[in-house]
Amino acid sequence: MRKCSLTALDSIFETIAKSAVLYLPVDTEENKSEYKMWEKGAKWSDRLNTNKSPKDFFFPQVEDLMKFKVTGKNIELTDIRKAAEDFVVFGVRACDVKSFDVLDRVFLTTPTDSYYASRREHGVIISVACTRPTETCFCQTFGIDATEPQGDIMVWKTESELFWKAVTEKGEKIMSLIESMTEQCTEEAVEAQKAKTKAIMKKLPLANLKADAFGAGKTDEFFNAPEWAELSQSCLGCGTCTFVCPTCQCYDIKDFNTGNGVVRFRCWDSCMYSDFTKMSAGQPRLTQVERFRQRFMHKLVYYPENNEGMFGCVGCGRCLAKCPISMNIVKVMKAIGGKAE
Amino acid sequence: MNGHTEPLIPKIGVITDIRIDTPDVKTFRVVTLDGEKPFDHMPGQCAMLSIPGVGEAMFSITCSPTNTEYMEFSIKKCGCVTEWLHQAEVGQQVTIRGPYGNPFPVDTEFAGKNLLFIAGGIAIAPLRSVINYCRHYKDRYGKIDIIYGARSKDDLVDYNEIITEWVNDEGVDVHLTIDREQEGWDGHVGFVPNYVKELGFDTNRTAILCGPPIMIKFTLAGLQELGFGKEQIYTTLEMRMKCGIGKCGRCNVGSKYICKDGPVFRFDELDELPDEY
Amino acid sequence: MQKITRNALVEKAVAMLNDGAVSRVLGWRAGEFGYDITPSVFTEAKDIEENFVWNDFCGANFSKYLVAQTRKGEGKILVFLKPCDTYSFNQLLTEHRFDREKVYVVGIPCEGMVDIAKVKKLCGDGISAIECGEDSLAVTTIYEDAPIAVSTKDVLAERCLSCKSKKHVAYDELLGEEGEVLDSNRFDEVEKLEKMTADERFEFWQSQLSKCIRCNACRDICPACTCEKCVFDNPNSGAENKAPATSFEEKMFHIIRAFHVAGRCTDCGECSRVCPQDIPLHLLNRKFIKDIDAFYGDYQAGEEVGSRAPLVNYTKEDLEPSEVFERGDGANA
Repeated sequence: MRKCSLTALDSIFETIAKSAVLYLPVDTEENKSEYKMWEKGAKWSDRLNTNKSPKDFFFPQVEDLMKFKVTGKNIELTDIRKAAEDFVVFGVRACDVKSFDVLDRVFLTTPTDSYYASRREHGVIISVACTRPTETCFCQTFGIDATEPQGDIMVWKTESELFWKAVTEKGEKIMSLIESMTEQCTEEAVEAQKAKTKAIMKKLPLANLKADAFGAGKTDEFFNAPEWAELSQSCLGCGTCTFVCPTCQCYDIKDFNTGNGVVRFRCWDSCMYSDFTKMSAGQPRLTQVERFRQRFMHKLVYYPENNEGMFGCVGCGRCLAKCPISMNIVKVMKAIGGKAE
Repeated sequence: MNGHTEPLIPKIGVITDIRIDTPDVKTFRVVTLDGEKPFDHMPGQCAMLSIPGVGEAMFSITCSPTNTEYMEFSIKKCGCVTEWLHQAEVGQQVTIRGPYGNPFPVDTEFAGKNLLFIAGGIAIAPLRSVINYCRHYKDRYGKIDIIYGARSKDDLVDYNEIITEWVNDEGVDVHLTIDREQEGWDGHVGFVPNYVKELGFDTNRTAILCGPPIMIKFTLAGLQELGFGKEQIYTTLEMRMKCGIGKCGRCNVGSKYICKDGPVFRFDELDELPDEY
Repeated sequence: MQKITRNALVEKAVAMLNDGAVSRVLGWRAGEFGYDITPSVFTEAKDIEENFVWNDFCGANFSKYLVAQTRKGEGKILVFLKPCDTYSFNQLLTEHRFDREKVYVVGIPCEGMVDIAKVKKLCGDGISAIECGEDSLAVTTIYEDAPIAVSTKDVLAERCLSCKSKKHVAYDELLGEEGEVLDSNRFDEVEKLEKMTADERFEFWQSQLSKCIRCNACRDICPACTCEKCVFDNPNSGAENKAPATSFEEKMFHIIRAFHVAGRCTDCGECSRVCPQDIPLHLLNRKFIKDIDAFYGDYQAGEEVGSRAPLVNYTKEDLEPSEVFERGDGANA
């Protein structure tokens, strides 16, 4: 383990940014934070959650897939894929790092999504352990340890210092770049910080939320629960929860006629939208009740069923903070999943 | 290129033949630019066709895998992509990718069995592939019965193949029906579910059922009345799809993705899934 | 602190449910942390007694819910409307969006609603409970032993700081005291934008609108957006998109929306409240309102049912497009 003073962070960022594009959370004017590309003078924001999750780095909201040139009856296809550039994301929290596992199981399962895979290969995750979790946090529910955030390099913050530990080869490489700016150290301070955070985690309002009631094989138990109707009744059918969610991965593929050819692009989609499953011949999810149910069943039952019990939610709490009507997965779990305390 | 193959990137195909089957169904023959079949498939599998700028949509592959020269799709005009295809001409290029989904278990569970195919309207499209595959390998199966119904005689897709080939096959019985009396039609008149019951099959066979939801519902009930178990009846489902590979997230029924875990299901398997299709 | 008490609302709702005057009550349901309140349809007295909330976080405007709610269920629905909500209510009636007969409106006074983001700015994270007091909030966080006292006026939502009216423009029954239409300062922010140079203003909107994630929350919450099928959801419109295919499109979405609600927007501010990306969308709408006022004389959408909005009402005195054009070109646009 190596450490540096918080004041050394600027020069460390500068060094990393020379080797690859560096992204990090910075404050917004509205007292929140958002990932931005590092440039000289950019200050890392230690706020807990960025507005949007870092899933954009691997699965951007919009990306061009291929291009076509249509001439008369003929179609010419251009594969526009390029290997992603190397990039580093600093400041990813434990929950968001876990979300990459959730996404990996979708996009890297054969047949591999090459757009995603390339970004995964070229991205380095520097995670930062949480020190100040907030009321909307419930990563513990899904067995995530906010003090052991995983990634390629794990970083812990204390009052005045940062502690670095590379956990993968990609991480080692970055560490070697900043070796002269950091010094070897013991893990004591980190252990003390972890203990402090863990004590806070116990005091969180959602500290005891359990997901035990959910998981693989629970479709029958929950699908027809009468609660869905009431829980979904004021749902606006907007895509906020989906789009701020680090694990929501549904997408649409669309063609855009540029006037000089056709770009086939993909963009995030939302199961909350009325046209998500609409066919010319029918619509299996007619009302918001079915659409709403789909989103939560997917995260709490269907996803675990297909992924050895792993949940499709990481407890980041963004949907709790962002839903226009304050309806969210926690309220659903409490209402439907056996009234956990 | 970034070193990976990409399942979403299609091949370019070309339409080499368009057959007008019914007032709203045409069958399109597609080969690659080299004149070959775009890829191998098994009965019941699907492919994504697109016209860039119009859209991409999933279609069941109508021809049998035993046809190694081209691929055929019987397509009913009902949406954006299909309407465009219906006004296309021979020589039109399209994009094609696949095959997607699980096929009918033609070489395993169907082997040695008597087969009863039941289709309504355009739903003959996915079944035609299986029917022709089983006709081709007739010695691998027992007796084959085909019940096919449509609104009118004019709505029977590829009627020509049915009356010139299917009905002449030994060991294949074809039972056609149309919804209403029609001049020049001396065959059966009535809905498929009733016809199935009238014909009264014994249960020593595997049924493959495909059609509009209401037909499926009543035919399934009819078959059950005749003593068929749900584990003897197969069908194929349709959902909105974008990727075809279980990633875009919209074609699921419960934890199953129709594009990769389906579209072929046995009714007892469907019972395990939530009622949302 | 709201002047009308929760108890008064609960008593009203329970009484009307019990005597069968209404079959449902549209109200606010308690959440996890004191501020995360969900609009809810209550059908049982016990549920209302236990879970109905009325406090400084009940900002949600219920008017739009009536479009869907009046089409289902038997009997009338009781809805609690704050003064600004009643403008949306009237506007929806003007547009024949629901059957007035199916609704029983209880007007309730509003002292302004609190913006939780402002509370968090002052109190930090980890809020586990909030008590709304006379003119302050007691905010309990997991990081402090004692609740933090915050003055309510320091955390009022922007839209409430420039409240246009404490007067209800529609109700069947009023609880508490009626207020007055206020001389609001709501165009101050618009004036700031108008004073910018065209480039500065473009830069401002460019940076704001580029944050948009096209979640449609602004549209879906907007009481003026009640089209059965929005053009942006219609695959045959050519404008249907879930994400911008070009960088111009997110601007187009908001500008088209602003145009479409022009003259119908009552300035309820829900769009900005729900935006997950903190885009001050209400400023677009306010600019339209301000211009309409300037061009055609003061007009408040929703003030009365059936009023003809200037943009859909031709008079010979209407100013010529060329005058608008001239005014719109230059530093003071």
